[in-house]
Amino acid sequence: MKFVDEFRNPELIRRTAEEIRRLADPNRHYRLMEVCGGHTHAIYRFGLKDVLPPNIELIHGPGCPVCVLPMGRIDDALSIASDPNVIFAAFGDMMRVPGTHGSPLEHKARGMDVRIVYSPADAIKLAKANPDRHVMFFAIGFETTAPSTALTLQRARREGIRNFSVFCNHVTIIPAIRAILDSPDMRLDGFVGPGHVSTVIGCRPYEWIAQNQNKPIVVSGFEPLDILQSVLMLLRQLSAGEAKVENQYKRVVPWEGNSAALRAMADVFQLRPYFEWRGLGFISQSALRLRDEYADWDAERIFSVPGIRVTDPKAAQCGEVLKGVLRPAQCKLFGNECTPEHPIGALMVSSEGSCAAYYSYEHRKAAVAIKVGAEA
Amino acid sequence: MSATHDARTAIATPRLRFRDPQIEMAHGAGGKASRRLIEGLFVPLLSPNETAPLGDAAHVTLNGSCVAITTDSFVVKPLRFPGGSIGELAVNGTVNDLAVSGARAEALVTTFVLESGLPTEVLSAEIRAMADATRAAGVRIVGGDTKVVEHGKADSMYISTTGIGAPIPGITLDPTSIRPGDKVMLSGPIGDHGITILLARGELDLQAEICSDTRSVLPFVQAMAQAAGPSIRWMRDPTRGGVATCLNELARDCGLGVVLQEDAIPVRDAVRGACELLGLEPLHIANEGQFLAVIAPDAADRALDAVRQTPGGEDARVIGEIREQPATAVLIATEYGGTRIIDMLVGDPLPRIC
Repeated sequence: MKFVDEFRNPELIRRTAEEIRRLADPNRHYRLMEVCGGHTHAIYRFGLKDVLPPNIELIHGPGCPVCVLPMGRIDDALSIASDPNVIFAAFGDMMRVPGTHGSPLEHKARGMDVRIVYSPADAIKLAKANPDRHVMFFAIGFETTAPSTALTLQRARREGIRNFSVFCNHVTIIPAIRAILDSPDMRLDGFVGPGHVSTVIGCRPYEWIAQNQNKPIVVSGFEPLDILQSVLMLLRQLSAGEAKVENQYKRVVPWEGNSAALRAMADVFQLRPYFEWRGLGFISQSALRLRDEYADWDAERIFSVPGIRVTDPKAAQCGEVLKGVLRPAQCKLFGNECTPEHPIGALMVSSEGSCAAYYSYEHRKAAVAIKVGAEA
Repeated sequence: MSATHDARTAIATPRLRFRDPQIEMAHGAGGKASRRLIEGLFVPLLSPNETAPLGDAAHVTLNGSCVAITTDSFVVKPLRFPGGSIGELAVNGTVNDLAVSGARAEALVTTFVLESGLPTEVLSAEIRAMADATRAAGVRIVGGDTKVVEHGKADSMYISTTGIGAPIPGITLDPTSIRPGDKVMLSGPIGDHGITILLARGELDLQAEICSDTRSVLPFVQAMAQAAGPSIRWMRDPTRGGVATCLNELARDCGLGVVLQEDAIPVRDAVRGACELLGLEPLHIANEGQFLAVIAPDAADRALDAVRQTPGGEDARVIGEIREQPATAVLIATEYGGTRIIDMLVGDPLPRIC
């Protein structure tokens, strides 16, 4: 924990915030997108919006894997898991994401065998402990989690574990950023770049953003000081008229990424020609599927998949919120029909979803202007 | 309108607001869903004429004297964990519900639901734990009931305890007297119990030197009653749903805001570390040996000193205060000059914690 505390040092944070205020041009409105849902969560949790001057607007990006998953994929996986021989294993943040007929958790309450795992390796453990059942791991995430799925599949193949499969929903971050930048209603000044993804892919894949789009991007850590430092680095570039890729999260992110992780991914996965993203539509070469060598562990090939496509409820504006065009509270359903307890869109479920973060930490705060002294 | 008339209309049209199609784990997690179930289904049908706010114990008058009564059931998994076990929880949980309602537990009755095939040594260990806990808390067990269900129809054993208690002299809890400026006190570090149970299940490759905080809080409440009795407005023990859920209920019930200072809230490093790793909020994690109190500002120091001088109460702190705003919500001021709202627990991150 000590390592974290240094990046939560109130004095350093105050000083960084002071420098940001000094550097920010009062006549300019800055729109900076934090791509990653982990950043969105941290910004709300630590109350960083209160620390930044009002003309620096942080726009929440698409980097919450649970949020960008179309509902049809959940329906498909639940349809496979309706076979009583199948154990549905997934990370905890998938459990409350609504499918057409309820979330995995609601299916569990009705008797489906749904288990929370903390890593894909736990799913292998489950498979070994239940040799006459089939364990399907619902794989989800950007390049952050894809390597652990890849290593798990390599192990399953090596050890010949046949009662295990992966329902793969892994997506890649760069095409999503490209889609955001191609969106005509989006005017951004720069990016707070994803930290965890970059530990795997490194910083090079962002260079086109700086070179072709002329936008600065700073790969950032997740502690309050990390995020403020990254904002400061972006401001420095903007005031100097520069656009380059910088790495604030050097203590974790190597510039070239993690070659072992990239090799494992390349061995197991190939790009899908296209994949549907909630809110962003179909994006070509934006998601991963299992290579033919791993077909025996690919739930989409072992089981018949209905291929369900569900359109989001018309009134829900998840897409606009995901792209950063609307703020969470500007969605018509926010806080009325759509709450963390009864989510309609996934943005309201995952702790990394901007709606859930906004609802939990900011929502009622916004209704009243509150002065908080240090004396309480 | 007469009381009888009220009763009749209530029976004719109970206001059932519970619309969830099925019962899920969250309904037992002590957070929003539990509250909805109780207020939307149980209270309208079972207690339509009760006007007292929902608390940890009910107060009834028998032949002119007031007694407090409460009941609690225990389904914790695993049965034993560092710092305690289901038997110990079953006694302390009920003793504490009475204590924070301003009552001293006098007698308990208990029910066991046992799974056929349960080894006797497992049961007898829990009975011994209960006996030890009753001695420590100074309460008697005066009766009980036993049921056995088929193997596989229950998970080893469940225990329920019901307790009655007499008012602790000097305490008159009155939530309607809560005013802006009142202080919020917490008896010690939060989250120990919940995180201990989580780690004791062995499902995570995480280890930490930590044990459950299960204990009777009665000695602290008694010490506080002596030092500042009439100035204590409200007390709760933050079990399931944690400190955040209790304080949100408080804010809602009194129509005022609760403002906390994040750096004043004691959290052990092991708990903080586990929460960071797992994305949990310590304020939502269950405790079994802590309590929260709202105290009039002029008596806060006296009350705090009394708790701190009681063995085990050294870490008690004032963690915040009551304000006009944000009405009905809990706001936490971070060390960095920012703020965030802390809501009740939603969903059930840690099922079967007690």
